[in-house]
Amino acid sequence: MTNIFKSAQEMSSALVAKEVSAVDLANEHFDRIEKVDGDVHAFLHLDKEGALAQARDVDAKRAAGEKLSPLAGVPLALKDVLTQKGIPTTCGSKMLENWRPPYDSTVVTRLKAAGVVILGKTNMDEFAMGSSTENSAYGPTHNPWDLSRIPGGSGGGSSAALAAFEAPLAIGTDTGGSIRQPAAVTGTVGVKPTYGAVSRYGLVAFSSSLDQAGPCARTVLDTALLHEVIAGHDPKDSSSINAPVPSVVAAAKKLDVKGMKIGVIKELGGDGFQKGVSERFNEALEELVKAGAEIVEVSCPNFEYALAAYYLIAPSEASSNLARFDSMRYGLRVGDDGSHGAEEVMSLTRQAGFGKEVKRRIILGTYALSSGYYDAYYGSAQKVRTLIMRDYEAAFAKADVLVSPTAPTTAFKIGEKADDPVAMYLNDIATIPVNMAGIGGMSLPCGLASEDNLPVGFQIMTPAMKDDLMYQVGGTLEAALNSKWGSPLMSQAPALGAK
Amino acid sequence: MAAISRDEVAHLARLARIEMSSDELDHLASELDQILHAVDRVQEAAKDDVPPTSHPLPLKNVTRPDVVVPSLSPEDALSGAPAADEQRFKVPQILGDAE
Repeated sequence: MTNIFKSAQEMSSALVAKEVSAVDLANEHFDRIEKVDGDVHAFLHLDKEGALAQARDVDAKRAAGEKLSPLAGVPLALKDVLTQKGIPTTCGSKMLENWRPPYDSTVVTRLKAAGVVILGKTNMDEFAMGSSTENSAYGPTHNPWDLSRIPGGSGGGSSAALAAFEAPLAIGTDTGGSIRQPAAVTGTVGVKPTYGAVSRYGLVAFSSSLDQAGPCARTVLDTALLHEVIAGHDPKDSSSINAPVPSVVAAAKKLDVKGMKIGVIKELGGDGFQKGVSERFNEALEELVKAGAEIVEVSCPNFEYALAAYYLIAPSEASSNLARFDSMRYGLRVGDDGSHGAEEVMSLTRQAGFGKEVKRRIILGTYALSSGYYDAYYGSAQKVRTLIMRDYEAAFAKADVLVSPTAPTTAFKIGEKADDPVAMYLNDIATIPVNMAGIGGMSLPCGLASEDNLPVGFQIMTPAMKDDLMYQVGGTLEAALNSKWGSPLMSQAPALGAK
Repeated sequence: MAAISRDEVAHLARLARIEMSSDELDHLASELDQILHAVDRVQEAAKDDVPPTSHPLPLKNVTRPDVVVPSLSPEDALSGAPAADEQRFKVPQILGDAE
């Protein structure tokens, strides 16, 4: 019997019991990818050779009786924005089409040390700019629940790989919702840890004050197990937090929210949120009440400015970060035929190498930072950031955790919003405030919307460095919903590759 | 009134070192105009008495002991270079006019 429909934790138990080898488990996943990824397009690159070598190594160590990490031998899909030595790292861009980084990101170093088997690199919006994975230079990824729809973005490849049972674990990165919104629209779990909890070394920078890598999986416990592998202080990232990682695995197993205060953010609901999304969200709240939590309403009045501030801050930082793609030291070079000087080669390369959305954001950021406009745009956005942090502070004084729907709608059709950037940006309305304040956020599935039978995400937000609380609430809610439904939501996902 | 003109977009593209066709400039000018109208509202909230926040953490400079640790070999460092010569990155002409 195949193991691919198991959770990572169940796969781990099967490996420990020697019911399956890491090599066989990796091969089962490669077979699955072969069967369904032509339709889903979650992966940009597969590293069969490296994955099987890692799996053989884990099997040998296990046979020799070595003590192994809980996730040793469990397969994982890696977002193509994190470097892995010798393996293509494109960031979904033509700019880095043939680039093979000469070093491992810290996330990859830790995954390798834990014996996790990295199957390959997943598709994403170019340089993580987008909410649908349609901005990838290598074509869109398709949502396994409905192949005509988007899998979220920017980490749509990672979320789709989980929902298509191509991997039980994945890594994402979240600058304005790129872990949580893809999780929401694919019925999977995704966590953006507190800013600084996971090293950014080897994460190709988009917006450095907002970017955060995090764990993705199909269950809250699996997400917690992966969180403990990748989190922790790293001297190679000067913004990495030098403090112990909260015990998120223990928190995910607590299954107890008695006496906890759960704050519903008034501004992140109602108008602009799909009816079926609000219905499933409210039903999930009832489950938390049954489990002994107290619901309080909180108000965050400045959140209405968060989206506008984000679309000034993130492009500003991006315009600076993406200046490194200058065609001199690595990546694409265009027009170097002896007739153009270095500056012209730079400009021609950046014209050819960057896609529409990336150019749009670089120009917007260049504008927001230019003299005469700096105070009105970037400066004002930084003030809004202060106001958002104050709103959270006031809200966390009244509640232990805060909750909202993760995204205002379920997955939309591929192409539906491609020509309207402002409408596209609205997908991130509930996820962006978390990044602005640097706090933690989780999305977990809370059912299917009645209108379209597509997954709805429930977001849990926790104060900085209290990531364990979102696992405690998320684990409790997941258990309550699974018992109400009789099985996990993912068991209702349509079969794929039935040709 | 348009928040941004086509000429301004052309200037920004030059600053950002992105060559743009006439079509690209037309398209981007109209899109940026829409986006700027949407983000303009940050100014309503940004009162004089609100301090700016540039980063979620109180950052301070981090140093390490000044000891030699292994680093990339010249071959690895140059492995992604579009052109290399004698352990150096080879780049197009920087000074003067190109041929």
